[in-house]
Amino acid sequence: MLADKDRIFTNIYGVYDKSLKGAMARGHWDGTKQILEKGRDWIIDEMKASGLRGRGGAGFPTGLKWSFMPKESDGRPHYLVINADESEPGTCKDRDIMRHDPHTLIEGCVIAGFAMGAHATYIYVRGEYMREREALQAAIDECYEAGLIGKNNKLGYDMDIYVHHGAGAYICGEETALLESLEGKKGQPRLKPPFPANMGLYGCPTTVNNVESVAVAPTILRRGGAWFAGIGRPNNTGTKLFCVSGHVNTPCTVEEAMSIPFRELIDTHCGGIRGGWDNLLAVIPGGSSVPCVPGADMIDTPMDFDSLRDLKSGLGTAAVIVMDKSTDIVKAIWRLSAFYKHESCGQCTPCREGTGWMMRVMDRMVKGNAQKREIDMLFDVTKQIEGHTICALGDAAAWPIQGLIRHFRPEMEARIDQYTRNAVQSRNVRLEAAE
Amino acid sequence: MSVRRLAEENVQPADFAFNREFSAQAKVWIKKYPKDRAQSAVIPLLMLAQEQDGWVTKRAIEVVADMLGMPYIRALEVATFYTQFQLKPVGSRAHVQVCGTTPCMLRGSEELMEVCRNKIHPEPFHLNESGTLSWEEVECQGACVNAPMVMIFKDSYEDLSPERLAYIIDRFEAGRPEDVTPGPQVNRTFSAPESGLTSLTEEIKPAKKNGAKASGAAGKSPSATKAARPKSPSTETSTKSPAAAKANVKADAKTAETATEAPKMSRARKSSATADSETADDSNPVRNRKAAAPRKAPDPSKSANATASLASTAKSVSPAKRPAEPVTEGNPTMSVAATAKGKSAKPATAPSLDDKSRPAGISRPAEPDDLKMISGVGPKIEGILHSLGIYTFAQVASWKKAEREWVDGYLKFKGRIEREDWLKQAKALAKGGEAEYIKVFGKKPR
Repeated sequence: MLADKDRIFTNIYGVYDKSLKGAMARGHWDGTKQILEKGRDWIIDEMKASGLRGRGGAGFPTGLKWSFMPKESDGRPHYLVINADESEPGTCKDRDIMRHDPHTLIEGCVIAGFAMGAHATYIYVRGEYMREREALQAAIDECYEAGLIGKNNKLGYDMDIYVHHGAGAYICGEETALLESLEGKKGQPRLKPPFPANMGLYGCPTTVNNVESVAVAPTILRRGGAWFAGIGRPNNTGTKLFCVSGHVNTPCTVEEAMSIPFRELIDTHCGGIRGGWDNLLAVIPGGSSVPCVPGADMIDTPMDFDSLRDLKSGLGTAAVIVMDKSTDIVKAIWRLSAFYKHESCGQCTPCREGTGWMMRVMDRMVKGNAQKREIDMLFDVTKQIEGHTICALGDAAAWPIQGLIRHFRPEMEARIDQYTRNAVQSRNVRLEAAE
Repeated sequence: MSVRRLAEENVQPADFAFNREFSAQAKVWIKKYPKDRAQSAVIPLLMLAQEQDGWVTKRAIEVVADMLGMPYIRALEVATFYTQFQLKPVGSRAHVQVCGTTPCMLRGSEELMEVCRNKIHPEPFHLNESGTLSWEEVECQGACVNAPMVMIFKDSYEDLSPERLAYIIDRFEAGRPEDVTPGPQVNRTFSAPESGLTSLTEEIKPAKKNGAKASGAAGKSPSATKAARPKSPSTETSTKSPAAAKANVKADAKTAETATEAPKMSRARKSSATADSETADDSNPVRNRKAAAPRKAPDPSKSANATASLASTAKSVSPAKRPAEPVTEGNPTMSVAATAKGKSAKPATAPSLDDKSRPAGISRPAEPDDLKMISGVGPKIEGILHSLGIYTFAQVASWKKAEREWVDGYLKFKGRIEREDWLKQAKALAKGGEAEYIKVFGKKPR
């Protein structure tokens, strides 16, 4: 278990003083000026050395991402945009950062902005997080008052931080959709290239980072990239906020070391699986977009990017959704299909039509009102959606169903048998077209 | 994607205009973006329009588009694309948004929707008979470790049971949302495990400040004050870890200290009676439980005073005292459970009036300031502040952190003073009254 002294978010539960003074007493905003004085190359090198991989789901190395920004401005301003549009089902880590430990994020914005030559930061908070937005804004006002940000501040680097918000669209968590939305348009993803580092917000060089990725940066730079790299396994370093929901005894958000075995994570913080470990059916280890993993495969797996990829799943946002044997797993995945159908932005045909199609077939699978060959057809359709859309929402909609078919096909077939038997016995045979 | 259209012409109001408060806020939003990029503010402005009218009207969309120099169709696109905008009228007292996505579904959101169907309307987006309530199923609201949850306007109510949701809906329908504290509806600190903290049981201070910490434990011990504050005891009292146990011991010591001193002050009794009557009004079992806990300190020296307050606490949970509130009667089990839990809770304490952090009072000036202008202060709180000798904005504005914490604890506010930022409000009011307040906050003091 990670020692308290190695935790970055020291007030994630909001038990202690949330104000700037309280944050400073816990060591935030300490020596920020000295960090900036070491220069942008040092910061980026240190971030690369820490091995921090983006916490928003894709796991792209953060230091590398920062280095993509043009070194010299060509006259256009640079922007840092913080993605706080946390909408992935199962994920609620950024919420706690914003409402309880906002100064980690604000300090991170200053440092990250400095490293990429940006003087303005927009924090895009999802629309539903209204109280979180208020808390964040209050913390920012505090920093302006204390002269830590703004023009001619104590740190010697001008940085303005603005809070923006969305209005309930999952797709705005995709970085280019987020930029569209920030420009006051529908949140429909852009084609890449050009990448945001060249043409982002208002056509200017922009970097979009997840809240957690930026919020951990100040502590990494204070304690050294090597400290961060020393936690977890190589290529999967550092600490991570895990959000454990579903059928555990005490669901919670907790900061833990990467690569912590699943069993240890659950037993230490979540009071074990509801009904004991034998009652574990399946786990979605990284938010709704990653395929589910059967419980037996999951128990001893280290929670990190590479081990979960080996299980054909992923760490995603580390939103662990646990399902015990009372779960109707087909229905649970159907609900995710309904989610993606609701949240597709409608721009690319495979996704717009495919998500609805998959949801309707899944709807029949839940009842068992289907043919067994339709399971193969469904799998085939998910493969046709995956990779054929501008953004990854199509993939995200396809993967949970692929995971279901890969691991729980016998359950689906049994359900079809059951339905057919009942239908034949009641002489009420009626077949529906696949649409 | 979902098909969303504007409401029928016959329900659309003829015109729309931001009121003064909201147009000031709108200006703040527009200023955030580069000059020629005002369009960026379209989502915040539409949200303000929704906050003002309860839903987004066609005229509001056009007005916002004109303000930002956008074609109507672009603003219309935005209004129909983002699902948080309500394009039809919703319940005036509550629009219950039940999260139905898988993490909440696994923990029983379907039962919550059943409650909504029974209590509000069988169909989502339909108003109930009196037009005060409506509900809908929404996608993930991002409070998955506190599943199942609902969101009503700006606040989320988490860790719900169907009975608790029914109670919450009743409170909103009765026009008394303040009876329910937002956040987890079970004994739990935000997203921490319900059984108590498994990490961060002590505040982490960086290494170089360790010396200060050691001396602090012997002397003024800030952590003890913190443990004694009603804001955080819920987890700390129930934690099994040694660190929290230590905090409890400290809290206990403090209780004893307080108890011996409190009876001396006649004013203390008076104001604690005020506080009691306030609790009696409060029909929320959770809040009652928390408020009741401090007064159950088993300390003989408190004798008469303690018995009196125990009696009044008992009354506040008994349904007999509130015949006008069918809700409390409807959920007797819940009240009983609350009482039981309240009894088992370990004692915490209300801050002592002799505490050195208590802000200095003055005698009543000829013309005391109207403290009710501070958002968060009502007539009752104003009375309590007067009893503490607090009469002017300048006094409130001069409170130091420790003093604010003391008052917060005294009023059993659980951090409301900081949340509502009384300091900033009072500063503005002290400096230039209402005009300054509008300048700082972009709205009138209420």
